[in-house]
Amino acid sequence: MNWDLLFQLLINGLIVGMLYGVVAMCFVLIYKSTQVVNFAQGEFLVLGAWVCWFFIMKMQLPFVLAFLFAMAFMTIFGIIVQMVVLRPLIGEPIISVIMVTIGLSIFMQALMNWMFGNSAERFPAVFGENTVSIGGLQVETAYLMSLVLSVLVMGLFYYFFKFSRYGLAMRATAYNQQVAQSLGISVKQVFSMAWAISALVSCIAGVVLGLVNAVSNSLAIIGIKVFPAVIVGGLDSIIGAVVGGVIIGVLENMAEFVDGQFLHIGNMYTVAPFYVLIIILMIRPYGLFGTKDIERI
Amino acid sequence: MVQSGELLLEAKGINLRFGGIRALTDVSFNVRKGEVFSIIGPNGAGKTSMLNCISGRYKPQEGEITYKGRSLIGRSINDRAAIGIGRTFQNLALFGHMSVLDNIMVGRHHLLKNNFLTGMFYWVGGARKEELEHRRAVEDIIDFLEIQHVRNEPAGTLSYGLRKRVELARAIAINPDLILLDEPMAGMNLEEKEDMARYILDLNEELGTTVVMIEHDMGVVMDISNRVMVLDFGKKIAAGLPEEVMADEHVRRAYLGEEDALLHDEEGEAAAL
Repeated sequence: MNWDLLFQLLINGLIVGMLYGVVAMCFVLIYKSTQVVNFAQGEFLVLGAWVCWFFIMKMQLPFVLAFLFAMAFMTIFGIIVQMVVLRPLIGEPIISVIMVTIGLSIFMQALMNWMFGNSAERFPAVFGENTVSIGGLQVETAYLMSLVLSVLVMGLFYYFFKFSRYGLAMRATAYNQQVAQSLGISVKQVFSMAWAISALVSCIAGVVLGLVNAVSNSLAIIGIKVFPAVIVGGLDSIIGAVVGGVIIGVLENMAEFVDGQFLHIGNMYTVAPFYVLIIILMIRPYGLFGTKDIERI
Repeated sequence: MVQSGELLLEAKGINLRFGGIRALTDVSFNVRKGEVFSIIGPNGAGKTSMLNCISGRYKPQEGEITYKGRSLIGRSINDRAAIGIGRTFQNLALFGHMSVLDNIMVGRHHLLKNNFLTGMFYWVGGARKEELEHRRAVEDIIDFLEIQHVRNEPAGTLSYGLRKRVELARAIAINPDLILLDEPMAGMNLEEKEDMARYILDLNEELGTTVVMIEHDMGVVMDISNRVMVLDFGKKIAAGLPEEVMADEHVRRAYLGEEDALLHDEEGEAAAL
């Protein structure tokens, strides 16, 4: 047994899993408040990363500023997508709406291929030091930043839903739109806000992933990888999304370890989460934290 | 405290159709400020449809509804909370997994000014002051309806009578001038009904809220209403003081289910009432 490797992969899994959790939260946020399954989540994330990269490389802005601009851009982008693409579909069959988000995903892929090319681009070195030493352990700065941002985003989500009036309005809308409306909540506003927050947070996740690896359109695969996380946790539970994300992240890396050390099958890493997904759905069809009544697609 | 009051709500010639079904035919009525106005009628008479027209859920094809002199047709549903119209629902519609306190807090939504960004500057931005103010208002409502003992419980775990009371509390939280109650006492036992009737009267007398209520329990309706309107098959067949309405022949026929022919012969007379 290679204990060092195991430990390293465990930490990796945790950090990547937190990031999955963040993306899964965006996904759940949209599903919960607007009943839309957003297949373009991965593209949102990549677009955010590209926009940040563009501000740094082409506009020569410092990283922090570029990051802030990218976040602002994506927030507005989220609102526009909701208003132009999804608002006309309110009240249409759920399957039509899902088709539209798949279309949106293909459209965004093509757009990004056209605008940014299909090769992977690196971010310039953002941090002075590549690794920091914590208690004798060498951790990559980007990973550390990823962890810090994930925790921060989760904390803000918690604060938002628990203590702000819009959070309360969103929870009310998710539960029953008609009643929320009669209590003076503008459902349109809540929908826009859900998409805006989701796009904003996706952007944060995208930039972090871009820093760890590189920006490329294939990063959008995260949008698909997040599925097992979301479904394991239950489609409509935000805490479930985080737990699901961490489970999937750790699982991937453990599968890698078992495969690399003992089995030598190759690519267990990609498949393992889906095995677990099937097993969990057999035992609890509505996910670990979800409520019973969810759409099957 | 009624009679001379000015008009708060006025509906004129409301026609509502769902495809070929006429849910409401030419219904006109008005509600004066400060009164308790009940809408009664057999099942399927269009009572809830009428309420939904006022609260904006349905849009009548013809007719005009004015509230405080302004037209309500075409305004969004969520606008109605801002101008002071609150409502409860026939089938319980609480946010089951949220606490009683949060449920009532949702009703304050349109009155709160801070958003979550200004809320981050909790101590300097006035958010603290605002929150305290609204918490106090919510506590007053909780006191008023005597639901202190369940304030932190998830609404979904409460008994039926209590849930109805929490729903009323939530509707009161929006500070309405006009409150629409859709069968506030359905499915309650005698004791719960008496309590609810008392709360509605208190609401009307102490807070001065005008009440429009749909209710099946004739005893309660006759006791607490200032005026009553009777609907049958989407038409208004009578309106007036409770005792007048009870004495009306058409009403008794509608309730006892006598031949329709009689009713239709005298339609002209019914409309004049």
